[in-house]
Order: sequence, then C-alpha cells, then structure tokens
Amino acid sequence: MISRLTAITLNTFREAVRDRVLYNLVIFVLILLASAPLFSQISIDIERLMLVNLGLSAISIFGVIIAIFIGIGLVAKEIDKKTLYTILARPVRRWEFVVGKYLGLVLTLLTNAAFMTIGFFGALLLYTRPLTRSDASLLVAIYFILLEFLIITALTLLFSSFSSPIFSALFAFALFVIGTFSEDLKNFASMSHGMSKWGASAASWLIPNFASLNIISQVAHKQAVGGNLILFNTAYALLYSATVTLCAVLIFERRNLK
Amino acid sequence: MHAITIEGLRKDYAAGFWKKKHITALKPLHLAIDHGETFGFLGPNGAGKTTTLKLLMGIIFPTAGTATILGRQYQDPEIKKRIGFLPEQPYFYDYLSAPELLDYFAGLSGMPAAERKQRIPAVLEQVGLGDVGNKQLRKFSKGMLQRVGIAQAIVHDPEVVLLDEPMSGLDPLGRHEVRELIQSLKDSGKTIFFSTHILSDAEALCDRVAVIHKGQLRGVGVVNELRSGAGTKSEVIWQGADALPALTKDVMDPHVTGELVRASVARDQLDRVLEMLRKQGATLISVTPLHGTLEEYFLAHTSKEEVLKA
Repeated sequence: MISRLTAITLNTFREAVRDRVLYNLVIFVLILLASAPLFSQISIDIERLMLVNLGLSAISIFGVIIAIFIGIGLVAKEIDKKTLYTILARPVRRWEFVVGKYLGLVLTLLTNAAFMTIGFFGALLLYTRPLTRSDASLLVAIYFILLEFLIITALTLLFSSFSSPIFSALFAFALFVIGTFSEDLKNFASMSHGMSKWGASAASWLIPNFASLNIISQVAHKQAVGGNLILFNTAYALLYSATVTLCAVLIFERRNLK
Repeated sequence: MHAITIEGLRKDYAAGFWKKKHITALKPLHLAIDHGETFGFLGPNGAGKTTTLKLLMGIIFPTAGTATILGRQYQDPEIKKRIGFLPEQPYFYDYLSAPELLDYFAGLSGMPAAERKQRIPAVLEQVGLGDVGNKQLRKFSKGMLQRVGIAQAIVHDPEVVLLDEPMSGLDPLGRHEVRELIQSLKDSGKTIFFSTHILSDAEALCDRVAVIHKGQLRGVGVVNELRSGAGTKSEVIWQGADALPALTKDVMDPHVTGELVRASVARDQLDRVLEMLRKQGATLISVTPLHGTLEEYFLAHTSKEEVLKA
C-alpha cells in the first residue's frame, strides 16, 4: 500500500515539475525584485510591513491558484485521457489513487512554498536587516498558508471527482473567496433570526474557515500568535481536509468511468 | 479450472435527462477461456467488447453477474498482479519516457526495484523500443505508443493478458509488428484475451473466437472449425469455354481466360457440374474445396437478426 501511494504521489509531483508549474517561482522573485525601488523610498517600518504583506500574500495566492488549476484536473484529466485505465488494471485501490494524487499535489505546493519562503526571507534580510526574534511569527503565518493549501487541495479534488474541470475551478474558487469571509458569515448568523440564522449558521460550519488561517496582517504588524490558535488551526485543517478527501474517495469508489 | 470465467456479466446504463431510461450495453455474458489460450473477442464497433474488458478490469461496475480470473474474484486487487491490460487507443503520461512509464507501472504492480531494473530494458527490446532512450512519450508516433502500451501490459510478466483492439489505428507495418508481438506472447504460454474487429488478425492468432453483437454473444468456436464449417463452395477450373453456356445456372462468378474457365460451385451442385463438363467434352483441370473465412462466420452471426427483421 505504502509503495503504491508513494509511487502515485511522486508521479503527480513529477508531472507538476515537468509541466513547468514551478516556473511561477520566477514570477514571484521578479515581483519581489521589481518592488525593490519602492521599498528603498519608504521608511524602515512601512518597508517591512509592505514586504511582509506582499510576500506572504503572494505565497498564499500563487499556492491557491496552483492548487485549484492542478487540482481540478487531478482526477478528471486521468478519466478524460483514460490514463486511469492502466492504473486501475493494476493492484491499485481507488482510494489509494485519490489519496496519492492529493499527497502529490500537496508535495508540489510544499516545495513551491519552501522556495518562495527562502526567497521571501532573502528579500526581508536584504531590505530590513537584521531579522529579529519577532520575525519567527512569519513562519507561523507561512505554516497557516500551508494548512490553507491542505484544505483547498482537498476541495478541488472533491469537485474533480464528480464534476467537469471548469465547474470544479468555479466551485473551488467560490469556496475560497467565501471561506476568506467566513467570519462575516458567522457574524451575520449571530445577528439573524429564524431560517436565515439556521442557513447562515449551517453554511458557516460547512464552509472552510480560511479567515482563521490568514494572519498575514497580524504578523506584518509584529503581533504575537497564540499557541492555542496554532493548535486549533492545525487540528481544524487536518480534520477538514481529511473529511473532504474521504468524501472524494467515497464518490470515486462508486463511479463508473466512461 | 479456466483462466477466465465470465458468469452472466451484464451492464445497463441509465440514459436520458432524468436517467430513467436504461440501455443495455452487455446482455448476460457467459464465457470461459482456457489457460494458454489465445481468445479473440470479435464484434463490430459498439458491440460490447470494450464494455466487457472494462468490467473485467473494474473500470466500470456490472449491473449483474460476476467473473473469476485465475480462480479468484476479478475485483480482487491482488489478482491484478497477474494480469496485463492494454486499453483501446491508449494514452499515457506524455511527460514520462518509456523506461520511466514502465518503472511506474511495474512498481504499481508490486515488482521490486531491482527486478524492474533488469526487466524494463528487456521488455523495451522485446517490443522493438530498445533504442528510444529517455525521449518523452509526447514525441512518440502512434505505432510506438501502441508498443509502449503492450510493454506496460507485459512488464510485470503477467499470466493473463487482455488487449482491447491492439491493432486499431495502426498502419499495415504497425499491425504486422503488433501481431508478431502477440504471437510471441502466445508462444511463451500466456493466456491472451483480445478484442478486435479486424478479422484477419483474429484468424491468424486465435485458437478460439467469440462473436458479440449488440451486447449479445452470438457464437463461440474454434477458429479452424469455424472456417471449415463455413466453407460450402469449391473452385472448379476446366479447359473448354464452350461448355460454360450450359452451366450458367450451376456455377458462380465464372472467369474466362482464353479457353480456361474458373468458377465457384456450391457443394451440392458439384457432382452435377462435373457430369455436365464431361458430357460437354471439357477438360477438368482442378477442383479445390474453398474454406470459409472467419468473415463469413462473423457476418452470419452479426447480420442474421437484421436479415430476419428485413
């Protein structure tokens, strides 16, 4: 089982690398370099604030875009091109295929984020040196972005297991946007009455809470991140992505391939 | 014990906007294939051949029925270590090279890394791709991809090989090469179950064939017997074109070359024609029984229903 999962995971990663997905890193570096003249013209504190906001937002947005655009094709493309036929003709369980594809995309996103993080800290060192102890909270923000990737990848995989790539992309992107404003949805639920309260409450529980995972503004202002939040977000992201992946597996296990 | 036993496999599809209509792609199919046998599954396009293979591979699920392969349930993932499968018009990860693809598939089939390292170059050599190096599959021709397809089906040295239209879309040279490959698998004792609508391929390779049409099995038989069974005519050649007018009702497709006449004669008319030739003073050159072709058998089993309807 482990060897099959590993093989599918690594092949998914290899596909992303060979399809030049990681070229986005070049764009990321160019953005940081291009913004250098801006940083040199503003005061030290604002300089850091802008760089952190820009760098971490870029890591998050690039990752989400990659997750959605690769994720929507993870299963659908394999069915469409019938590459799945030769996989399922081997001793590969359907759940192994789905989980292997998921892990492969997560590995791609982790690698991408790792390179971006190195570039980000390099830029930070260049423009706002020296790094201080409080900069460690930036790593927590990046860790939360990785947790965000776990959830968005699971969601795109779920949509990919029963829907066309275009609809999968639309659903996943819509959920990402709504999830970013999930706190507002909770506030709306608390202020509503009757059916709309039920509806808004149910939606706020079902929709992924990306708002809680976004602490970019907080760390940009050098505010500390509580240990409880780290624990809560870790448990939440793992549980949410595992549940969504399980749903994807259950759908895929019963699916007749065309 | 048979290598493959299909017991009433059936597949219905829901159709229409509300999915209330049901279309039967495969009526209950009963079939047994022996060990070491090369079995051809014949039928026109849309007959149910690919549906049957997809059911056996667990790509789609049956509405009813079951099957066993090498004595185990066909859905048992472990049995798939002993099966090789080539889908129709296969498409592979085109960002991989042929050795990488084979390594991936052999790994999924549970073959240890050390064994893969030795086996993959040998299999590539066997399918005539020993010199492709690390060229990505996106640069391969259709014929080369078909050979890669066969290579991935046999890379883990399976006992049973299932091939869906292995010669489809290939030029005559490609078809010949693939036919040679299947022959070599047959010679090495593999059980081969392959679907095709190219009858000459089935005739050349198969021990037995089954004909399927509109999702229903129409007949199963040994190729040699089917061919001889379908033969109902003889070719008669004689010298003496003057004798032909008296025989026009008894012979078919006469061809006259100078004084030489060649014609087909129905088996039950043969004695009468020979007697007439003797009376007309013609010189008999030869009488050759014509074996029926698989095509005649195929047509007889795929068009009977339409003829009856007409």
